[in-house]
Amino acid sequence: MAILTRRNLLAGGAIGGGLLLSGCDKLASSDGFNHFLGRAEGATYGWQRLVGRQALAQEFAPSDISPVFKANGSKDPDDADYRRHVTQGFAQWQLKIDGLVDRPLSLSLADIRRLPARTQITRHDCVEGWSAIGKWHGPQLGPLLKAAGLKPSARYIVFHCADNYGGEISKGGAQSTGRYYESVDLLDAFHPQTILAHMMNDAPLSVAHGAPLRLRVERQLGYKQAKYLMRIEAVDSFAGMELGKGGYWEDRGYEWYAGI
Amino acid sequence: MATVDQVDRSLAPPSGTRYLRHSIATRVCHWINVVCIVVLLGTGLNIFNAHPALYWGQFGADADDAKRWLEIGATDDAAGQPQGMVKVGDISVRTTGLLGLSKSADGTSQAIGFPSWATIPSWRDLATGRRWHFFFAWLFILNGLVYLIAAGFSGHLRKDILPKLRELSPSSVWHDLVEHLKLKFPRGEDAKRYHPLQKIAYGGTVCVLLPLMVLTGLSMSPGFNAAAGGLLPQLFGGRASARSIHFITTNLVVLFVAVHVLMVLLAGPYNQIRSMITGRFDTGTER
Repeated sequence: MAILTRRNLLAGGAIGGGLLLSGCDKLASSDGFNHFLGRAEGATYGWQRLVGRQALAQEFAPSDISPVFKANGSKDPDDADYRRHVTQGFAQWQLKIDGLVDRPLSLSLADIRRLPARTQITRHDCVEGWSAIGKWHGPQLGPLLKAAGLKPSARYIVFHCADNYGGEISKGGAQSTGRYYESVDLLDAFHPQTILAHMMNDAPLSVAHGAPLRLRVERQLGYKQAKYLMRIEAVDSFAGMELGKGGYWEDRGYEWYAGI
Repeated sequence: MATVDQVDRSLAPPSGTRYLRHSIATRVCHWINVVCIVVLLGTGLNIFNAHPALYWGQFGADADDAKRWLEIGATDDAAGQPQGMVKVGDISVRTTGLLGLSKSADGTSQAIGFPSWATIPSWRDLATGRRWHFFFAWLFILNGLVYLIAAGFSGHLRKDILPKLRELSPSSVWHDLVEHLKLKFPRGEDAKRYHPLQKIAYGGTVCVLLPLMVLTGLSMSPGFNAAAGGLLPQLFGGRASARSIHFITTNLVVLFVAVHVLMVLLAGPYNQIRSMITGRFDTGTER
């Protein structure tokens, strides 16, 4: 008479649990469903921009610095041009700033070291869950973009890197070149803590941490902190670039807005 | 809204023993919450697997041995066989088959923190785990706010959920504990109200554990940390500590759910589950 006996409930619970997990796997493989869930990124982006538009990331004291700052992602790019720059001590290396700008710039490492710089001790939060505190030193990105003169149509700043991170196939199976790149909106590009760091913990940036220059965009996760910078490009859209999501990890299913 | 959220004792049919126990707000929020907690747990374990170690303090990574208090991994034993291990402080426990080393969905052995049957999706997938986690975190927060506002304004929280001071007295809690251990559940009119242990469990989960999940979760967001002026992770002793507390609180929520489901099964599952669907609870049945 009773359909809902305890034994039936337990058995039903076990079967339901199995169905639930295999159902989740089906949904997790569905592009449409994942696309729908991805709308939460827009909510997070909108909310964080609303409550903390110009907010500064927390800065720490020298005594808070991690004894060992973990290097992740590319640690020793095997790109031939990059290897040549390493052996030459980056003497021939140039950072290009171009795209939707009035005056494209080309800066040597010596030029960049002469620019007014900001020093900040901040926490680096990796998407994997670990974090490390380090001291970064380099010019703010905003004044450089002002010097180049952004055209009114510019909406994003793209960072092209020297490293080919290679292998991992994107969500959906398409393969991009594997070249590392990243992008941020103009608000983060002109944020006072957004710097191009050429020093870390009072020493020139090491190869493992992105020599000669890496981006620090302190209100976002580690994968936004592009290393081995070669070129900074102002664009109105990154839809046509690589797989169109605005970054190496973004092309592989990670959020473009990595503030969470 | 004002009237529906109360345990309304006046709606009992005069000739029967059924009455409206759960308001529509309670019922809808409860089931949305079930979905959210299941997905947040499964995806959370998948996210945890990307770095299956926990630390105390502002930061923590591979080299920070002194800050690490929990680690799940696989190491080779004396015979060269990989074994799943959980390390808490200085104590290592072999957990092969469950934690650190377990069978993947296709039956092959893999080194992974939590096993594939416990994670959403069942394979290692940080990107998908995060995408789902944040969507359902939004839903969980909005649903929780709706519940707290409805239950707060209707008086349901104060009258039915939160324990009175006298209910927290040792004798009252002891008495209720003994009743539970004897598996003696309230019947008849007495079943219309929650008892001390039940109130502590419900009130503690709704007002402490679940808000703590949200706050420690937000403490891991660099964007939200900046917006909150660094206040949030510092409240918990730093970002690495907040991540640890997020994990510990998760375990307490799982413990709550396990006991909650067990109590429903013991106290009369048909009546209990029906009342959370239709709202009607029958004080005259033990099923």
